[in-house]
Amino acid sequence: MTEPVVISSPHRHMGMTVRDVMLRVAAALVPGILVYAGIFGPGVLIQCILAVITGLATEALILLWRGRPLRPALSDGSVIVTGLLLALCLSPLSPWWATVIATVFAVGLGKHAFGGLGQNLFNPAMVGFVFVLLCFPAQMNQWPAAPVEGTTSPGITDSLAIIFVPTDTAVDAVSGASALNHMKSRLGLMEMVSEIRTAPIYGSLGGRGWEWIALAWLAGGVALLALGLIRWHIPAGFIAGMTVFSGVAWLLNADVYAAPLFHLATPGATLGAFFIATDPVTAATSDRGRLVYGALIGALACLLRLWGIYPDGVAFAVLIGNACAPVIDRFTQPRVLGVMP
Amino acid sequence: MTRALHAFPGGLPLDHYMEWTCGEESLLQPLPERIVLPLQQHIGLPATPIVSVRDKVLKGQRIGAASGYVSVSIHASTSGTVTDIGDHPVPHPAGITARCIVIEPDGEDRWCEIKAVDEYMSVDPRRLQEVIRDCGITGLGGAGFPAHVKINEGVENAVDTLIINGVECEPFITCDDRLIQEKAAYVVAGTRMIGHAVQAKHRVIAVESDMPAAYAALARLVGDDIELVQVPARYPAGGEKQLIQVITGKEVPSGGLAIHIGILVQNVATAAAVYRAVTRGEPVISRYVTVAGTVPRPRNLQVLLGTPVADCLRTCGHEPDPRQRIILGGPMMGQHLRSTNVPITKTSNCILVQSEPEPAPELACIRCGNCATVCPVQLLPQQLYLDARAGNYEAARQHHLFDCIECGCCSYVCPSRIPLVQYYRHAKSHIAAEERRRDGADHARSRFQARNDRLRANTEEKPDADAINTAAANSEYVQAAVERSRTRRQARDATPPEAPEPHD
Repeated sequence: MTEPVVISSPHRHMGMTVRDVMLRVAAALVPGILVYAGIFGPGVLIQCILAVITGLATEALILLWRGRPLRPALSDGSVIVTGLLLALCLSPLSPWWATVIATVFAVGLGKHAFGGLGQNLFNPAMVGFVFVLLCFPAQMNQWPAAPVEGTTSPGITDSLAIIFVPTDTAVDAVSGASALNHMKSRLGLMEMVSEIRTAPIYGSLGGRGWEWIALAWLAGGVALLALGLIRWHIPAGFIAGMTVFSGVAWLLNADVYAAPLFHLATPGATLGAFFIATDPVTAATSDRGRLVYGALIGALACLLRLWGIYPDGVAFAVLIGNACAPVIDRFTQPRVLGVMP
Repeated sequence: MTRALHAFPGGLPLDHYMEWTCGEESLLQPLPERIVLPLQQHIGLPATPIVSVRDKVLKGQRIGAASGYVSVSIHASTSGTVTDIGDHPVPHPAGITARCIVIEPDGEDRWCEIKAVDEYMSVDPRRLQEVIRDCGITGLGGAGFPAHVKINEGVENAVDTLIINGVECEPFITCDDRLIQEKAAYVVAGTRMIGHAVQAKHRVIAVESDMPAAYAALARLVGDDIELVQVPARYPAGGEKQLIQVITGKEVPSGGLAIHIGILVQNVATAAAVYRAVTRGEPVISRYVTVAGTVPRPRNLQVLLGTPVADCLRTCGHEPDPRQRIILGGPMMGQHLRSTNVPITKTSNCILVQSEPEPAPELACIRCGNCATVCPVQLLPQQLYLDARAGNYEAARQHHLFDCIECGCCSYVCPSRIPLVQYYRHAKSHIAAEERRRDGADHARSRFQARNDRLRANTEEKPDADAINTAAANSEYVQAAVERSRTRRQARDATPPEAPEPHD
């Protein structure tokens, strides 16, 4: 006879499940995705669908292989969030195989190699993204051109063609330098920030078009905060870290270092601060720890942007932050009530 | 005078569902067919039966004597015949049985002779403690810690603040609310008595902010000697440590007691029981019980201890339904009952009927940290969970497992539906069992050591003892006898000593 199950208190639950959390996070991405598609064409939607389907398929295969039940893991929504975040980090012009490789790598090595949801040390989406970024730098740095006069964003047929039967000419026709990329290469040519910013690809805050996407991620992030799905500590730490780091550089030499607002108004910064760094599985756990963790990622992202070889450094910064999370946790434990220091 | 209140960390704003029951007069639960009184209804040692089967007992008669300092007496809750002293099902989540005295009521409900203490103000506080102990008073709020032990600590240590806890923070429970509304004078007088017994400098009665009727009832009676405080409704504000923090801003030291910081907390029902014990000599034989949840007529009942839970449910129109869960206590900390054929005891404050929840599978922890945010003790619940799951009990202890009050806030918010409190309870009982085992081994070792010492001492000391005896034994006859016995002993000592007894 098996031991009877003891039903333990509490006998009520607030009703929120992992699935609810994940699906709400995914929903908070929708406004940004729509703005993205509106400005740069439906490529981003295709990438999102491709990544989510690949993610679900990969997860299902690995679960079968591991002999785990399919339903709970597939329905918890976590792989949808991973797929979306990965697709949103990739360029909408990325060839299909890069997206598929990144997703398989993210779900397979980033998540299941560690034991599945909750066990992974590194943010799976960033693991997949960084993998293809390092493997295929040429394809990964093709960004859609800023919506300046004389350009049109590709339609659905063009987008499908670019993603599934990519040719250099087709991609070249619609691609252009991203703001961070442009800034980096021009600074390399000893131009001053103020000169560079007069180029038509810049808007009032950051890259033309991209700044709106950045604001849309911010809006989604505020919604997450308002719904209590994330707490303010990581985004606040991130923004503070990035502002202080870039601000000091800017104050020292405004000619070669862009202002903090320029750094913050990039999609990478707002998506990173509110959606990527806030992945609870790979973040620090206490409030104080999360402030430190966010600040570390914000500052590192900035450091990598200013002196690294890649235009954006948020993905690398998040992975380094993930690696530091356990040690941050160790030194930021809250004081237990009644335990005197 | 108004007192500045403080906040405690974490906690939850919960829906209270108090309006179901707090506005209606309590009902007297009728005499049951059979009264089953567990010998242990409190923390500490079970009482020792002082009646035998077939004895006639009267209402209020002491039938079990306190068996030690941390123990209290139990009393017959009605008159009748003792029909059994043996094991019967008691309220416990695992459905265990325990020793109980069973009384078949004679229906007359005849009181035994009880004696009041006159003029408690002139009575020695120690005498009050005895009265409290003899009347079987335990903390009636839930934990059931013998009241006299706490009060004695209060007598021996300076009590700065006496807090009478009327903060019913768990949803559905209104038995203290009703008690205050109906017996406010008892609560206030009991507060004065305990205050006198421990010579408290400040006396505070605390109720929750959503208990306006109870507050009004008390406000009419308290004088300058008692502060009446309304505590913001936030679960678990009624927990002893949380209430102390809210009212005084002080933290009870980890592993310590409230009295160590000069505070004594007693429940309002305990205060009322003290009043009855002192002014009338009435022991604790009944209590207020809230019956709530999915029952047709939720209500507060005044129930004789030992009455089956099923009887109380029937009074409220409840029909047994296997799709329902019966909880003894509140939804956050109450215990699931496998059977309703268990008695109401001194600590039963609520019977809650819930429809069987949808089975929710336990998923992996996503480290969201919601549990840490709501923890009123500022623990790291997810870390404790990992420790407990891995069987790493020493790590759990170092992460302050034993400071966990099992309020259930962490499990309530966990999106992965991990029964965190169950893991903590398991870890705690594992550690406790381990300690008992080690203590047992230590005990055996020290007994073995003591036995060896005793044997050695016997052989060494005997000659000395003989030397003393010789002085007295001056007659030749005695001398000869001593001589004979010495030769015999020397012969025996020359043989090899007995092998030590094997020990486990």
